[in-house]
Amino acid sequence: MKLGILINEGPYQHQASDTALQYVKAALKKGHEIYRVFFYNDGVNNATRLATPPQDDRNITKEWSSLAKDHGIDLVVCVAAAQRRGILDKGEAERNGKDSDNIEDGFRISGLGQLVEAGIQADRLITFGD
Amino acid sequence: MSDEQIVKKFMYVNRKSPYGTIYALESLEVVLISAAFDQDVSLTFTDDGVYQLMKNQQTDGIGMKNFSSTYSALGDYEIKKIFIDKESLDERGLSLSDLQELVWEDEDEDYAEKSSINLVSRAELSEIMNQQDVVLSF
Repeated sequence: MKLGILINEGPYQHQASDTALQYVKAALKKGHEIYRVFFYNDGVNNATRLATPPQDDRNITKEWSSLAKDHGIDLVVCVAAAQRRGILDKGEAERNGKDSDNIEDGFRISGLGQLVEAGIQADRLITFGD
Repeated sequence: MSDEQIVKKFMYVNRKSPYGTIYALESLEVVLISAAFDQDVSLTFTDDGVYQLMKNQQTDGIGMKNFSSTYSALGDYEIKKIFIDKESLDERGLSLSDLQELVWEDEDEDYAEKSSINLVSRAELSEIMNQQDVVLSF
């Protein structure tokens, strides 16, 4: 089955992103295809490479990044939600006159149309949120 | 694009009051974008989400943008199926007269204004949700 994933909460504060990560791993193991993972609301905070959780804890952002790399998963961060919360790639930083970017490898910033498209193209769209 | 052939039923479920969290505003942002994709879109207001449609919202005191007038534009975006959970209104001592009127214009009837609002019970809502292809909950 082709699955779209929507994550609406940030890392650590809520379990949503952890649960989504476990879900995606389990789905891949069962042979399902992940069409796209879309990060919205505070979910965009999953994409910052500047987070430094304690060493004995999981690093959710790194886990998404390596999962995306290993399985070619499309990780998309909503541009409007990201701008509000200070999540920027190089292009966005330059466009908005900011002195740095902070997006982790494997994530890309794009529009909400990518979420709607995932809803259209995937067999199921699964939301992880509050 | 192949998207043009696929028309799915999208329901946006709004569960939170309008200003305590950003869910209401960011839900509305997705809804407006989705209108460009020619899908079969409906909106549900349930739980504290019914407060999103309250008339006469005043946000000056909290320093936040009042976005409640945006809902009245939904008809112009061809979004004309709005479901209101009756029990959620009842539980909060509200009735439809406390909410904005949302309308759409029917081209086939000389642009007559028709109400977009459907007052439904939870049992009916669960049936309607069951018929959806994509349910997005905010």
